[in-house]
Amino acid sequence: MIELDALARTIAAANAVVVVGAGTKRDVGGAVPSGATEVRVPAGMVSYEPADMTVSVLGGTPVALLDGALAEHGQECPLDPRDSAATVGGVLAGGLSGHRRLRLGPARDRLLEVRFLTGDGRVVRGGGPTVKNVTGYDLPRLLVGSLGTLGVITQVTLRTQPRPQHSSWAVSDAPPDDVRDRLFRPTCLAWDGRATHVLLEGHPEDIASEQARAGLRRVDGPPTWPEHAHRGRASVRPGALGALAARLEEVACSWIAEGGVGTVHIGTDTEIALADARAAVEAESGWLLRETGAPNLDPFGIALPNFELMSRIKDAFDPSGKLNPGRLPYTRVAA
Amino acid sequence: MNRVIEVDVEARVAWVEPGVLNLDLSRMVTHLGLHYAPDPSSQQACTIGGNVATNAGGPHCLAAGVTSSHILALDIVLADGSVARLGGLEPDVPGLDLRGCFVGSEGTMGIATRIAVRLQPNPPCVRTLLLDFMSIDAAAATVSAIIAAGIVPSALEMMDARITRAVEDYVRAGYPRDAEAVLLAELDGLPAGVEAAVAVVDRVGREHGARTVRVAADAAERALLWKGRKSAFGAIARIAPDYYLHDAVVPRTRLVEVLHQVYEIAAAHELIVVNVFHAGDGNLHPILVFDARDPGIWDRVHAAGDAIVRACVAAGGVLSGEHGIGLEKRDLMPLVFNVDDLDAQARLRDAFDPDGRANPQKVLPRGSRCGETMRVPEGAWV
Repeated sequence: MIELDALARTIAAANAVVVVGAGTKRDVGGAVPSGATEVRVPAGMVSYEPADMTVSVLGGTPVALLDGALAEHGQECPLDPRDSAATVGGVLAGGLSGHRRLRLGPARDRLLEVRFLTGDGRVVRGGGPTVKNVTGYDLPRLLVGSLGTLGVITQVTLRTQPRPQHSSWAVSDAPPDDVRDRLFRPTCLAWDGRATHVLLEGHPEDIASEQARAGLRRVDGPPTWPEHAHRGRASVRPGALGALAARLEEVACSWIAEGGVGTVHIGTDTEIALADARAAVEAESGWLLRETGAPNLDPFGIALPNFELMSRIKDAFDPSGKLNPGRLPYTRVAA
Repeated sequence: MNRVIEVDVEARVAWVEPGVLNLDLSRMVTHLGLHYAPDPSSQQACTIGGNVATNAGGPHCLAAGVTSSHILALDIVLADGSVARLGGLEPDVPGLDLRGCFVGSEGTMGIATRIAVRLQPNPPCVRTLLLDFMSIDAAAATVSAIIAAGIVPSALEMMDARITRAVEDYVRAGYPRDAEAVLLAELDGLPAGVEAAVAVVDRVGREHGARTVRVAADAAERALLWKGRKSAFGAIARIAPDYYLHDAVVPRTRLVEVLHQVYEIAAAHELIVVNVFHAGDGNLHPILVFDARDPGIWDRVHAAGDAIVRACVAAGGVLSGEHGIGLEKRDLMPLVFNVDDLDAQARLRDAFDPDGRANPQKVLPRGSRCGETMRVPEGAWV
């Protein structure tokens, strides 16, 4: 493909490259130095075989476009839907799983095969196009969440699934762990400290009986995810959500936690409040990733675990350090 | 290292040592309403540590996902003797997914000493169906049609005529001895959804020529149907004393044509092949059955095996779905990966183990690295 060849040449010739999808995650991770060459991966469907439940797309394909193509065959690939403009490559590089993770698993379990460009412009393929595969090392999972620092994701093969026959949101005053104990594998338990919004998917009769048995009241749709100038995504052990909620009482923020998962979406009007929220999260042995705004806040807050090992991997994949420099705080490892 | 260290019922997480047997773990937590989802056919004998090394699968991975989807965290010892915790009980850990790299790395990135696994709630409703067909094509077409109808069973297994007869003679599970192929389908979840899915599988099966669709009436009958499937390897001895098991995956839509090639390849090498496999995943397990005392037999077995793997790759498949590469398939890696692909994998392995001390010479063929020289550390156990 001509566009990919040109992209490879651009990357090979650049001193530093910043990978841009729809630009929805510019604030995630450290800032890339100005002057880095902006590169964009083309969009488009490559192949789709509904009976295989796999789909291949170029990295720059908008999530919404992919979803529309799959919907025509009654299928879906549940990537984080919060920003429909986001690209498939961007969502995967950001490691974003979306609010249905409790039932459907994280984004990393969706990616079967990945093609990426190296800093010297070579195409590397990892994984395979089949739904099950242990042929060689798991490069697809390594690329998910790598924030574009190991390679530029140009093409992916994803596992699809049938769209749920029916889905319904309902609400309970009980905390998410109590609600979960009354249900079989709910899809989402979104908790804001006062109520738990519950997403159930499947056969309408099952949904109705589950909702009745758990004492849930039907509502029109999901809760409103925090939409503030400064936002972060926290990760804590699911069992720590109750204690974290108590701590966040003292912080000027709004938040929604994914019960049973441990992801907490936090929004604040001031940068200092997001720093306070981070302190609350860290007091519960979790960490908070800056997602939007808060320019003076450290992007991660905590030191990366296994920092030396990660730095060795970075050096192995991107020896010149040109791919999204600064996004993850690697150190140079002595050659 | 075979202890279950901790079971956190509320968090649905167990910390185990690598030597814990797969089935023992599920048995240990079943009274809590939980189970460990990956269930290789060898689950009475295989360990969680081994499952991690090969990213093992099993019949129920069709809906539940393979081992990697069920491993939350690992404590490992790297080749230089240092220790690390990969992953964590939080949903995301900052930086790279080292946990995901390690699972399936076949011991070449270090040794796991403690493993945190996700436990799943037992489904409130389970239905197991046995469908039998007069042709393997009809059974395979049924597999595709079930998926096309929007149903992903929790398991969807196929057995061909010869293995069906051998299993029936061995365990008397009530499999039809005259069938050309049987499908074992399991559906689980909440009752209305399960019953609706059972109806779809029944209808689709009959539309594609199923002679009978037997729905197990109770847990005992369900267990018996599964005993047949999971005893397949034991039953092979009724055909011939030795066997060579293969593991490869093809796109589900290519199953029929690849199965025919598998039979043709075996016939061309004057070998018997039986097929018992994870049809829903397109994960083939052709089993070459023979008597090792026959002169020259191993050459034929290896030649046929090689041809089968090549046929799978030619159909858009991969070398292994759940058993791994090891030494056996190492030199076939260039069939599916080019020099740049292999170089990237070698770089990843070297980042974990720069001196090549952990399981040396496994997975990657010689020449994977640019300018490679042979490096087997002195005194290594190969």
